[in-house]
Order: sequence, then C-alpha cells, then structure tokens
Amino acid sequence: MANALAQHKPIDEALPRKTRIRFGRLLIYGPLCAMAALYLMPLWVMVVTSLKPLDEIYSGSFIGLPQTITLDAWRAAWSEACIGTECTGLKPYFANSLLMVIPAVVLSTGIGAINGYILTKWRFPGANLVFGLLLFGCFLPYQAILIPMARTLGLLGLAGSIPGLVFVHVAYGICFTTLFFRNFFVSLPDELTKAAMVDGAGFFRIFWSVILPTSIPIIVVSCIWQFTQIWNDFLFGVSFTSGGNSPMTVALNNIVNVTTGRKQYNVDMAAAMIAAIPTLLVYIVAGRYFVRGLTAGAVKG
Amino acid sequence: MSTLEIDRVRKTYGNLEVLKEVSISIGTGDFLVLLGPSGCGKSTLLNMIAGLENISGGEVRIAGKIVNELSPKDRDIAMVFQSYALYPTMTVRQNIEFGMKIRGVPPAQRDKAVRAAADLLQIIHLLDRKPSQLSGGQRQRVAMGRAIVREPKLFLFDEPLSNLDAKLRVDMRTEIKRLHARLGTTIVYVTHDQIEAMTLATRVAVMKGGVVQQLDDPQTVYDRPANVYVAKFVGSPSMNIIPGKIEVEGGSATAVIDMANRQAVRIPGIHLSSQAASKYAGRKVLIGIRPEMFSVGNGQAQGAISIEVDVVEPTGADTLAVFQLGGVEVTARLPPKQVNARASATLAVDRSKVVLFDPDSEELIN
Ligand SMILES: Nc1ncnc2c1ncn2[C@@H]1O[C@H](COP(=O)(O)OP(=O)(O)O)[C@@H](O)[C@H]1O
Ligand SMILES: [Mg+2]
Repeated sequence: MANALAQHKPIDEALPRKTRIRFGRLLIYGPLCAMAALYLMPLWVMVVTSLKPLDEIYSGSFIGLPQTITLDAWRAAWSEACIGTECTGLKPYFANSLLMVIPAVVLSTGIGAINGYILTKWRFPGANLVFGLLLFGCFLPYQAILIPMARTLGLLGLAGSIPGLVFVHVAYGICFTTLFFRNFFVSLPDELTKAAMVDGAGFFRIFWSVILPTSIPIIVVSCIWQFTQIWNDFLFGVSFTSGGNSPMTVALNNIVNVTTGRKQYNVDMAAAMIAAIPTLLVYIVAGRYFVRGLTAGAVKG
Repeated sequence: MSTLEIDRVRKTYGNLEVLKEVSISIGTGDFLVLLGPSGCGKSTLLNMIAGLENISGGEVRIAGKIVNELSPKDRDIAMVFQSYALYPTMTVRQNIEFGMKIRGVPPAQRDKAVRAAADLLQIIHLLDRKPSQLSGGQRQRVAMGRAIVREPKLFLFDEPLSNLDAKLRVDMRTEIKRLHARLGTTIVYVTHDQIEAMTLATRVAVMKGGVVQQLDDPQTVYDRPANVYVAKFVGSPSMNIIPGKIEVEGGSATAVIDMANRQAVRIPGIHLSSQAASKYAGRKVLIGIRPEMFSVGNGQAQGAISIEVDVVEPTGADTLAVFQLGGVEVTARLPPKQVNARASATLAVDRSKVVLFDPDSEELIN
C-alpha cells in the first residue's frame, strides 16, 4: 500500500500542473462543444437558408454559407407570403399573437399571484382541496379540454376571437402560475402578514406593499413560463380561431403547408425564425432571473 | 396606556380546545408576562388580544371596551413578533413608518416620530438599511421601533428575545425593561423563559395546557406557587418537592420527612392556617423547599438535617449540593466550599418559607 503510493507520486508530479489542468479542461469542453454544435445545427441551417436566394438552395447544399446574402425571404415572410388566399405575410398574425400573449400573460400571472397569496396567507376551510384541484389542472392534457372549451367559448360569445384565446390561455395557465406563487409564498413567514395587519393594512394593501415586492423572481418565472407556453401554442390557436384571428403559430403552419409550386424553403425558414425570436429575446433578457427565481425558495428576509 | 381584561376566554380549533376559560385582568402600566412551555397556548392568547385570531368564547376588553369584534388596526395595539417580521423589501425607515402611512399621518409628523423612536432605540444610523443588512439585535430594535411609533394603548410581545444569543438576550431584556419604565405603556409579553418572566413582569400568568395556573406578581409566584407545576416551572434549579407528613401539636405544625434507614427529619414551626392544620394533621403532604432555603447548619440545632452529599456542582457564586431526602433527589444552594461530595453534612432549613402541597390535587396548602 505504502509502496503503491510512493510509486504513484513521482508519476503524478511528472506532469506539470498546467498541462494536467488543460487536459482536464479539454475533456470537459470537447464534449460540451460537440453537444452545443449538435443542438445549434438546426438553427444554423435555418439562418443560412433564410439568407439564401431560392435558386441557390435548390442547386447547393443546405448547410453551406450563402454565396449571395439576401433579405428577400425575410421580407416575404414578414409582409408578402400568402396565407390561404391572403398574401399579407406574417405581420398581422404576429400582431395577433402579441394581442393574445400580453393580456394572457399579465392576467394569468396576476391571478396566480392572488391565488397563491390567498392559499398561503388567508387560508380558508378547504384551501388544500382547492389547491389540489388546481394542481390536477396542470396535468390535464390539452386535447381533453378542446370540446368543452369550444362549447364554453360559444356560450360566452368569444368563439373564434382573440379574447377567446386569451380566456383559454388564462384558464389553462392559472394552474401553473398558482403553483409557482403558492410555493413561493409558503416560504414567507405568516408573521409578516400579521405584522402588516397590526399596522392597519388590509388584504390588497398587504398584497401590494408587502408580498408582491418580495416576489419579483417568481413573477419573472411565471411570465417567462407563460409567455413561452402561450406564444408557442398551436393547438388552442388552431382549434379556437380561424382566418384573420389566428396567432402566429397557425399562420406559420399555413405558410409552410399551403405553398403551391416550388417549396420556398428560405421563406419558411425566415418565417420560423420570426416566430421564434420573441421567446429567444425573453430568455436572453430575463433568463438570469428565471434561474434565480426557480431556486428562490431560499430567499431570506 | 390602559387596562386589559381577559374574561373567560376560550379558543377551539374544531374539537381541539386550546384555551379553557382563561381569565386575566391587569391594570394600567402593568407588565404582564404569559409564561408557559411551548404549545400551552400563549401565542394563541396573544393573537386573540391582537385580533389576529377569532375568540371562540368570552370577552377581551382593552381600556374597558370590548374588542372581540374589532380588527387589529382598531384595537390600538402594537405587536413585536418572534421572527421580527420586518418587511424585507423596505428600509428600516419605511418599516417603521408603514403603519403611520396607512393611517394617513402627514410626512413631517411621520419623520419626527421615526426620529424619536430611532433615537430612543439607538438605530438612527440604520434607517436607510434593509432588514437583511442588520444583525439579530438590530432587527429586534427595528421591530420595537415599529411598535413604539404607534403609541398604542397596549404593547404585545411574542417571545421577542428567543432568537437572540444568550448575551444579547440579557442586554435586550434590560432594554425592554427600561423602555417600559420610560413609556409606562401596558405590556403583554409571551415567553417560555422563567427568568425573563421574573425579571420583567409586574404580573405573571403561568400557563399550562390552555389553563392559567397562577396569576400573581413574580415574587408571590416564586414564594408561594399555586401548585406543584408552577413551583417546578419557576426557579432554577427548581423547587424541591419532597413527600412527607404533617404533625400538629398544640397549634404548631411540624413537617416530617421519613428517611429510609435513619431517624426521620423533623422541620418544626411550619406556617399553617388553623383550618389547614386541622385538615392535614397526621396526613401526607408534599413539602416544597427551594434550593436556597437550605443553609449549612450545626448538628445541635432543632430541625437540623444530616445528609450524605452525592454530587457537588460549583457555579462560581455558589455551590449546588445534590443529596437524597425522603426518597427523592434534592438540590441545595450553598456557599462555595462548605460541603464535599460523598461526605456527610448537616443542613438547616429556612422554615418560614417552606410551602406545602396537597399530595392528591398538588395545590398549595394555605
Ligand atoms: N391553526 C391551528 N389549528 C390547530 N391547532 C392549532 C393552531 N394554532 C395553534 N394550534 C395549537 O394550539 C396550541 C397552542 O399553540 P400556541 O399558542 O402557538 O402555543 P405557544 O405559543 O404557547 O407555544 C398548540 O398545541 C398548537 O398545536
Ligand atoms: Mg408561541
């Protein structure tokens, strides 16, 4: 045993420290770069294809750099491509998506915050049951609610409209946002609410002045989560809207599917990029807070 | 400043009865300590006084006015919590003035009140910090500042010192006492620490299982505990409770403690009302002797006790001697270096302070 140790030592020391570290780094970064490259491949193909003229795509490879760079495909995707019979590009549908996603994210996050606040700080008999049922909602598959929801929207007079879509996303999103906020608020001491009550604050004043300011991280988490879910949603969009009221994702699908003649790969790719940019931006701007918020159980007063 | 009356107050959670007919009444400027082990319902009672818990039965009156149905903000109270409960996103100044803002106190007046409180508590230099940048003791002061600016009729403290380390706890205890002397406001203070109760209170309510065992001034609670439970809970080391019996002869009572293989120990001249004397003559009782009621005696004196010392625990100021008496372990607090372990000694008892308890009900015999 002692012998073996004695033998190992010189060998270990024979390698200079720096070299050993560099070798270790190589082992780590090599596979990491390979994985990153693999995952970035589709993005690469999309970017270069969207910048190529159609002829070049049909004559050359998908992967190579473009010989002539042109933004024609992007322009076409944004304002000229035909969706059904209308040749308006994605522009109006992009606007639809914004009109849908902004109120839906704000409403579902707001309601989730109030729900979480009530479920933790103003507990009532049966609060656990309500929370349990809400959790159940998180596991409901989208498909299960399509028909009842269509009927509900019809009765509410919201069928086929953007407000109808907002309603669907809010209803579906509350389960998740309530879960986020409830789990966050559980870690805030109840004495905080009691102190505020003694100070004379009421239900909304406590929520607004004491509870909400502590919950920035979880608000960011909720907003990112909801934004990504709602922006990327296709099923609800295609099920509950039609024609000019469709969100971005549905229009994108129509652009890609409806082309007659030669398939316009560059326009398809540009359109897909346009559809993906907002979520990318949200992650780049707020991603830091997202990670921080997910680990925010340990927030100390 | 005001009186507080808690009149046959009850609290139930479903079938669980947490408080059973609690009645406590204190006067203006009193410092009431609710003392009891964890889970006995102290916080529940305090929260009911504050209006943070519903009252299941009975009445709470502050300054003679029934407050059962009033919300906390209308009861003219201020409260300091165990976790301090400072608003984490607000600065110290904002924390202190939050309540005043809600009540619509004008900014100039608010500022003056904050300065006065901060001055009193020596936290002026902390006003712009966040709670997370403060030490435990500083947070404690801020929490008190928040209560002081309210200028309430009644201060409520829920174990305010239990999160501090031992040294700071003693300092803050003195500080709270000074604050009470300065402001003169009526205080209700919850603790499970009997030393806090003894040092701070003008009135102590000892609680157990949702029942008040005794409500008295601290010295009375210490000298004449209402029952064996209180006797053992208050004081450290706790009161020795020794089984024995009473002999009455010509109007004078003697406590007799049987010893296994020696002559019984007799403590003559016990104070006993004639009524109690006739009731307990010749009967078994529990004899309560605090450790400091023992002293080193000489063998000839009447009522001298010869014992074998088991263990000696020097504390510096004095020495605790542990020995067997009447079949139970007994502790005596003696001057240092007077007795040795595993040696015999002769002790005397300050008989004027000996108390007796009924062996069945464990209540004090008067
Ligand atoms: N919301 C509640 N539901 C049921 N039981 C409770 C509730 N709050 C407190 N209790 C019970 O009431 C008793 C007294 O609690 P508490 O007043 O906090 O005790 P203390 O402050 O003396 O430690 C405990 O046994 C506790 O379990
Ligand atoms: Mg408590």
